[in-house]
Amino acid sequence: MALPKYTEPHYRIWHYFYLLICGCVFFFLIAPLFVIFPLSFNAEEFLVFSDGMKRLDPDAFSLRWYKDMIYGTKNPWGLAARNSFIIAIFATLGSIILGTLAALGLSSRHMPYKGLIMAILISPMIVPLIISGVAIFFFMAKVGLAATHLGIILAHIILGTPFVVITVTATLSGFDHSITRAASSLGSSPYNTFMKITLPLILPGVISGGLFAFVTSFDEVVVVLFLAGLDNTTIPIQMWTGLREQLSPTILAVATCLIILSVLILLTAELLRRRSERLRGISR
Amino acid sequence: MSSETGKILTTDGIPLEESLKQAEKKNKIKAFLLVAPLLLFLIITYMIPIGDMFSRSIDDKMVTNMLPKTYKAMETWDGKELPPEEVFEAFYLDYKILVKNKTAGKLQTQLNYEKNGFKSVLKKLARKQKKFEEGNYKEQIMKVHKRWRNVEYWRAIKRRAPSYTYSKYLKGVDMYSNEDGKIVQVSEDRRIHRILWIRTVEVAFFVTLFCFLMAYPIAHLLATLPMKYSNLLMICVLLPFWTSLLVRTASWMILLQQQGIVNDFFVWTGLVADDNRPEMMYNKTGTYVAMTQILLPFMVLPLYSVMKTISPSLMRAGKSLGATPAVAFFKVYFPLTIPGIGAGCLLVFILAIGYYITPALVGGASGTLISNQIAYHMKSTLDWSFASAMGLMLLTGVLVIYWIYNKLVGVDNIKLG
Repeated sequence: MALPKYTEPHYRIWHYFYLLICGCVFFFLIAPLFVIFPLSFNAEEFLVFSDGMKRLDPDAFSLRWYKDMIYGTKNPWGLAARNSFIIAIFATLGSIILGTLAALGLSSRHMPYKGLIMAILISPMIVPLIISGVAIFFFMAKVGLAATHLGIILAHIILGTPFVVITVTATLSGFDHSITRAASSLGSSPYNTFMKITLPLILPGVISGGLFAFVTSFDEVVVVLFLAGLDNTTIPIQMWTGLREQLSPTILAVATCLIILSVLILLTAELLRRRSERLRGISR
Repeated sequence: MSSETGKILTTDGIPLEESLKQAEKKNKIKAFLLVAPLLLFLIITYMIPIGDMFSRSIDDKMVTNMLPKTYKAMETWDGKELPPEEVFEAFYLDYKILVKNKTAGKLQTQLNYEKNGFKSVLKKLARKQKKFEEGNYKEQIMKVHKRWRNVEYWRAIKRRAPSYTYSKYLKGVDMYSNEDGKIVQVSEDRRIHRILWIRTVEVAFFVTLFCFLMAYPIAHLLATLPMKYSNLLMICVLLPFWTSLLVRTASWMILLQQQGIVNDFFVWTGLVADDNRPEMMYNKTGTYVAMTQILLPFMVLPLYSVMKTISPSLMRAGKSLGATPAVAFFKVYFPLTIPGIGAGCLLVFILAIGYYITPALVGGASGTLISNQIAYHMKSTLDWSFASAMGLMLLTGVLVIYWIYNKLVGVDNIKLG
């Protein structure tokens, strides 16, 4: 944003001041994430930069906390990672299937009571998590699913579907329904039409909704805290316990891995967004 | 093929109007069937349990179930003088079973809530009742402790009779109904919940305000910069957005600790002495700083998506008509961003008011919020009905905010990034 030559000096100063503020806010947003990186390679047990690290002494850095994360005694992270991935994958699949079907129904112009039903479907997103946690816990305890993987998966489907419903309905809002009618008139079965015509077109929405659902499940603590038993600990639960009891650098090693994972997810989400923007650009 | 009424018919002889109606109905059912699985799933696993929370929060059958015979015998007692022999006998029989099943402790606690000093009286009765002889229980019980002659204690039992109560809701705002059935405040030193409610609203409000003040300039910058720069800067917003909440909280715990980088920086600039480093974590400051950073993306994204749609020529038009940049901004640009401001503030406020993890980790005792109290009662004291009552009070608050927002701005304006 270069300023035109005729800008008066006090506006010029104001403009640079504004850029400075923006810089500070961006720094505030992103800098905390970068603290974790170097400290996870700390050779010592403390969560502060040692003098050796400040001098960039190679001996002050080590991979011991990463080794501890993978091979450590009574290591909880392996089980937690496996549980987290199993739960998140099944929760995402469930959310995608239920959410996409519902979005297809909702975007039909024949749907009765649209507003009310939409309100119910996205309510898990609006209700504070702690309340959802209490309610879901009561239900799971009643049907005997507390402290089981299935219970946690179902809970995460509840929390994840609103994202899929919202992203897929948004994709469908620009969807030309005459294409599916054309397919049917050419003799395609409804299933075939869905698989060959509708699904490929709404896929970016489905996947980005799925990403939201995956991250929601993978990062969810509050509900799992109520539901999980000893066998269902997940990465967030393990981090929560670690952060409450003693901050060990192993947690920072795990956190670094999680940041890398979120970078990958961010890249996927960005690619999808651009792709869907391109597709929408063509259809207009 | 004309009919008597002159209606237009389809090829199979059904009036067109009817045929259309049938097709519409079919489509309606089809659409509904697609939504039905998720709707049913959410109603069963989510909506009904929230309703269940309500019945739990007013459910008070514990004492009623423990003293079934007593309450039956008390039905005819007017509560003015000491109850008749039947009540004493029924109470003795009920209590004997409780002592035998080792559940008398619960009754003692519950009745002690009603009348202070009930616990010791009941404990004494539990010891003595083993030697009771049959018949004339009134005399025997009154002999155990002189307080059994005091009608107040029997009234306390009777007062505990209704199986539904709103006492949990009163407790949530530090009130209770006293011996005369009047609603009064608890003593000053025990008013903890009201402080928590006020603190929760205060934290949510200020976090929303801080987020707004920080998000507005950067959303504006992102919306006005050329694509290739703004995409790069957008990563600064999106990366924290996609990063685990616990990771971000952990990084604040490292930054804000007494030997942490923020304190190091203050010492280096000479703002504070090295031996006098301020405590920035485990208090409200920690909660504010961490929550603001964590919720900031939720403010930036809706603002950005609204600002993106505002044409820059509007500002130019304003300026060319003689407005100074400041006037053009406040008269033209700012009003157009109000839907984004509304959506962002609603999102951040609602998220902040129910926040649990971050306050629990960096908040310490003075930075915890109402959600922490709910979790505490769910996990530690196991007073689930109280947790339900507070949860529903919080939910009502959120729904009221949502409703007001819907009236003022309209929910349809909410966008996800």
